Amino acid sequence: MTTATIVPGAARTLKNHVGFGQTVRNSFSMAWRGLLKIKRTPEQLIDVTVQPILFTVMFTYIFGGAIAGDAMTYLPFLLPGILVQTVITTSVVTGVQLREDMDKGVFDRFRSLPIARVAPLAGALLADTVRYGIATVLTFVAGYVMGYRPEAGIGSVVTASLVVIVAAWSLSWIFAFFGVIARSAGSVQGISFLILFPLTFLSNAFVQADTMPDWLQWFVNVNPVSHLVTAARGITMGTEVTGDLLATLVGAAVVVAIFAPLTVRAYMRKA
Amino acid sequence: MACMDITNTRARGDWAIEADGLVKTFGEHRAVDGVDLRVATGTVYGVLGPNGAGKTTTISMLATLLRPDAGTARVFGHDVQREAQVVRQLIGVTGQYASVDETLSATENLVLFSRLLGLGRRDAKRKAGELLEEFGLTEAAKRPLKQFSGGMRRRLDLAASLIAQPPLIFLDEPTTGLDPRTRAQMWETIRRLVATGSTVLLTTQYLDEADQLADRIAVIDRGRVVAEGTGDELKASVGESSLQLRLIDPRDLGDAQAAIERVLGVHATASPEAARLTAPMQDADRVAELLVTFRDAGIHLAELSVQKPTLDEVFLTLTGHSAEPEGAGDEASDLELEGSRA
Repeated sequence: MTTATIVPGAARTLKNHVGFGQTVRNSFSMAWRGLLKIKRTPEQLIDVTVQPILFTVMFTYIFGGAIAGDAMTYLPFLLPGILVQTVITTSVVTGVQLREDMDKGVFDRFRSLPIARVAPLAGALLADTVRYGIATVLTFVAGYVMGYRPEAGIGSVVTASLVVIVAAWSLSWIFAFFGVIARSAGSVQGISFLILFPLTFLSNAFVQADTMPDWLQWFVNVNPVSHLVTAARGITMGTEVTGDLLATLVGAAVVVAIFAPLTVRAYMRKA
Repeated sequence: MACMDITNTRARGDWAIEADGLVKTFGEHRAVDGVDLRVATGTVYGVLGPNGAGKTTTISMLATLLRPDAGTARVFGHDVQREAQVVRQLIGVTGQYASVDETLSATENLVLFSRLLGLGRRDAKRKAGELLEEFGLTEAAKRPLKQFSGGMRRRLDLAASLIAQPPLIFLDEPTTGLDPRTRAQMWETIRRLVATGSTVLLTTQYLDEADQLADRIAVIDRGRVVAEGTGDELKASVGESSLQLRLIDPRDLGDAQAAIERVLGVHATASPEAARLTAPMQDADRVAELLVTFRDAGIHLAELSVQKPTLDEVFLTLTGHSAEPEGAGDEASDLELEGSRA
């Protein structure tokens, strides 16, 4: 208002929709906000720093001997499983933090801006892939320190990590949905873990499915987490993974296709 | 999101806001109960009312934040529901509670909003710098918002609303809770805004604020517009000032009321505390006459005072009930609103 007078409202030509390009730009601006928030509150990173190290060390030495004869034989089998479990657990935190964030006044402003409706959510979820990245790196570092050497080389670790992060980002839309519809951050955590525990433990993340009773094997084999674990395992071990990788990526796309619109709708209705 | 190109029609350019029969209910509570508003382009429009009268809910509907349960509203001729995205490009909203990001610094907030509004990296930085300078926040630019005073937060909030130079700005209680000096600064800023051609809709609990700033005022109570007009018209309806009388003997109340009607030609309202009378005073000169009449009639006064109109008087006169009890009940409805958002 310092200089020019304002263009009258009636003299402006405006569009009533947001293009794809603007949606992407808005989302990245919101992701930038998410990164700044992570930088300002580093204490929120405790779950992605301590948990992967703790779980890798604990599970390897507790179950290694019993399941695979010794810890070092178990480690290459376990590590992709731990990775998937850790990163997916982290995606729950996304929903919890989104709930806390949405209660703040700044979301009122986001809703009043002519930006893509999905941007505040997509940006927050995008920024959280940084958290998944940290969890991933620390899981592999913990494994490496304990003697883990991936058969298919370091490149395979990067590929497996990317697949897991993409899958976790897709899943985080589910928890974001709970985050949007729930009344409090605590209830988001409650609901999310109820879903998360069966999904991660009733999978082949920690043991081979063929050691389980038939009815359980059925569930484990259809569980998308199993496909993700098998894919990550296959990639790092250098075995054939096409089927599971495809199943994982298609599953991830389906989750986003269903939950992103649902979440945005709920978010707008909340407004 | 309908994918259509909207070409503006000039015919409707005269009205910045046209609202007809807006209704919003939260459970049993009718927060907004049929509000009609006409705000002319380039003016300041004041919405005056006590806490919980429905001011914030009305703004939220006009600003596309809440979906009306009934009624329609247009901003510069664009329907707030069907063309929400167009409306959002025409408005700036400054909420009652600062709607800026607490975890970011002032600069980061303004850069974020500038980027979201389509400015490039460099332009966003420049715009943020300009606005901080203009609102006297340059020194605090890098400090975390947690250390900001209430006034600084409001200024930052207003600055954030002005990035896109919107032709219509909503200010929800811009000075509530501010000290007098900061309030005067805020008023100055609002006046400058209007000078550049913006239309401003502001809500307030203070008559003098609406009087100072607004070209027209709507008095809102229990979700309804109970009076509308210029500040002068409103004040005329309650008298420039009001005469307050407390009688020694409450039994004289009827006689006193009749005497006021006869001498001053206005209707005096009896307050709940029975022995108190409030009458609009258009002509101070005739009060002496009234007092003589009282003496002749043997009506004795315990107290006599002259008061400038307050919101409460406007309310008492317009609605027949005081603004106070409503205010107490309103905290509940505010909570309800919060709850519905949570």
